[in-house]
Amino acid sequence: MKTRMRGSIVAVSIGLMLGLGGAAYADTIKLGVAGPHSGDLASYGIPTVKAAELVVKKINANGGVNGKQVELLIEDDVCKPEIATNTATKLISDGVDVVLGHICSGATKAALPIYKNAGIVVMSPSATNPALTQSGDYPNFYRTIASDDAQARKEVDFAIDVLGFKKIAVLHDKGDYGKGLAEFARQFIEESKKAEVVLYEGVTPGAVDYSAVVQKIRRSGAEAVIFGGYHPEASKVVSQMRKKRMKITFISDDGVKDDTFIKVAGKDAEGVYASGPQDNSKNPLSNSAIADHKAAYNEDPGAFFENAYAAALALLNAIEQADSTEYEAIRKALQEHKTMTPVGNINFDSKGDAVGVGFAMYQVKNGQYVEVK
Amino acid sequence: MEYFIELFFSGLTRGSIYALIALGYTMVYGIIGLINFAHGDIYMIGAFTAFIIATALSIFGFPLLSIVILAALAAVIWSSAYGYTIEKLAYKPLRHAPRLSPLISAIGMSIFLQNYVLLAQTSDFLAFPELIPDLEFMEPVAHVVGTTDLVILVTTAMAMLGLTLIIKFTRIGKAMRATAQDRTMAMLVGINVDRVISMTFIIGSALAAIGGILIASHIGQINFYIGFIAGIKAFTAAVLGGIGSIPGAVLGGFVLGLTESFATGYVSSDYEDVFAFALLVTILIFKPSGLLGRSDIQKV
Repeated sequence: MKTRMRGSIVAVSIGLMLGLGGAAYADTIKLGVAGPHSGDLASYGIPTVKAAELVVKKINANGGVNGKQVELLIEDDVCKPEIATNTATKLISDGVDVVLGHICSGATKAALPIYKNAGIVVMSPSATNPALTQSGDYPNFYRTIASDDAQARKEVDFAIDVLGFKKIAVLHDKGDYGKGLAEFARQFIEESKKAEVVLYEGVTPGAVDYSAVVQKIRRSGAEAVIFGGYHPEASKVVSQMRKKRMKITFISDDGVKDDTFIKVAGKDAEGVYASGPQDNSKNPLSNSAIADHKAAYNEDPGAFFENAYAAALALLNAIEQADSTEYEAIRKALQEHKTMTPVGNINFDSKGDAVGVGFAMYQVKNGQYVEVK
Repeated sequence: MEYFIELFFSGLTRGSIYALIALGYTMVYGIIGLINFAHGDIYMIGAFTAFIIATALSIFGFPLLSIVILAALAAVIWSSAYGYTIEKLAYKPLRHAPRLSPLISAIGMSIFLQNYVLLAQTSDFLAFPELIPDLEFMEPVAHVVGTTDLVILVTTAMAMLGLTLIIKFTRIGKAMRATAQDRTMAMLVGINVDRVISMTFIIGSALAAIGGILIASHIGQINFYIGFIAGIKAFTAAVLGGIGSIPGAVLGGFVLGLTESFATGYVSSDYEDVFAFALLVTILIFKPSGLLGRSDIQKV
């Protein structure tokens, strides 16, 4: 009896606190930050919290958004889908206006329907699962990171539209990363109808000789090879192609856009194309965001910091442009208004992917990767 | 037809590489019945030695031919020293222990050597200098057989021939055969068995070093881990051909190399290893001692 009484007192007082809280901050803009802030994946979530804190501090110091101060509501989802749904419910009941998060694709996917029903825009700095935007199931979802297939898309578009190839061989190193990329590349080439995949194969990592595969590429009549994988196999395949006097173009990925590749493949590396993340080091906003982080926390920022910084800026800018925290108005503003962020001057397409964020093509010229304009 | 020939030569190159390493496995097994799992790592040590010497010499501006000869000599001597030392340290004390003990010791040596090179050198891939220049007269057929392919084929043939001659016609060769047949009896007739075993390790390691140099210049890169995969494949080749038999190791190497090459060419390189090991299983079902193996008492 006693315990039950105490329980109800606690419940009542929590209710009062929540009610009071709601009343006290009625004229603030509530930015939810959801992600893993404890547990073994915390290192993916904490940098986003820090980015949000830095952005909010700066914006509040400059008078807030449309005269209102921004308030952070930080909730932990430990990267688990079953907890992320609770996190979402909690944020919504706390009256959140927009959410920065979640971090992991699985947790994001679980939480999105709840936000969708409540009409809340969610922007992730890190969830790269392609279906989150491309399925069209989550019109309330945006992200400031390129999706998993964006790299393959970039390579295929480059091979077909820029270089004009019609016959492409797709190779991979049988690993998760390489094969995943190669699968997307094959799918995109087939969907484009402008070129065909003349060969699709996995090479065995660590083999002593790749000349059989090289001969097979020659027989397939491919004009270019798109390779998914890392630099040790890529440099072997390129070197053996050149040894067998095959001069066709070699296009690869971020796993190959590594100086070790150039060092090992030597002169055979010349002319090889590789996609890699866009270079933000010349963006003054990126530099100042990192400098602020160092000043505030006395360390280098962690994973997805710049993407999170960009997402916080984009969300708050959209609210400012829309002059409202209403769902449709924010969505419209995100698509129509560009925001200067550490990852570039971005807006979003109708599916929710950031325009202008993602990968660039590089080519080896005189022993260095140079961005292809 | 041309495609067939291209694949055939790919398979030959691959097969020669396997054969060169397989010779070392098969020799050691023939004499003391031990599967020397550290053999693949001796091959890696040979490649690293050649890399270091060749890089150093090219800094001093030596001509290519002298670099090749000096690097090869250094690699052969250094690897042989490793082979000799490993035998003395890790296998000789266990010679009368149960069969499993030296086998475990061999696996331990393999892991030790990999980590030793990892710590003493680097975990990165290193660009191996081009020790075999492209020859002018090979240019018309370079798309099928390159200069390195040719050098690998010729070297393997010479190594196998030389080894056969040593075993057939020299004193140490006779002693080796005697030791292989019956170690106790060989000792009783006055053969220094320890010396024979040391010699076997030295010759085997020298062959592995040559293999290391050739393959590293063929593939153009090395790291501490190259010995493992090459070693496993060469071991498969040795078993395929009949472990303990020298022509068997070469035959096994070629059969394995050609199978992989044709499997890649006509089916898919995704299934390269599937075909190679399916072949191994099939042959072992019908000929448990391998293609050219003696079907005497099973040792392991």
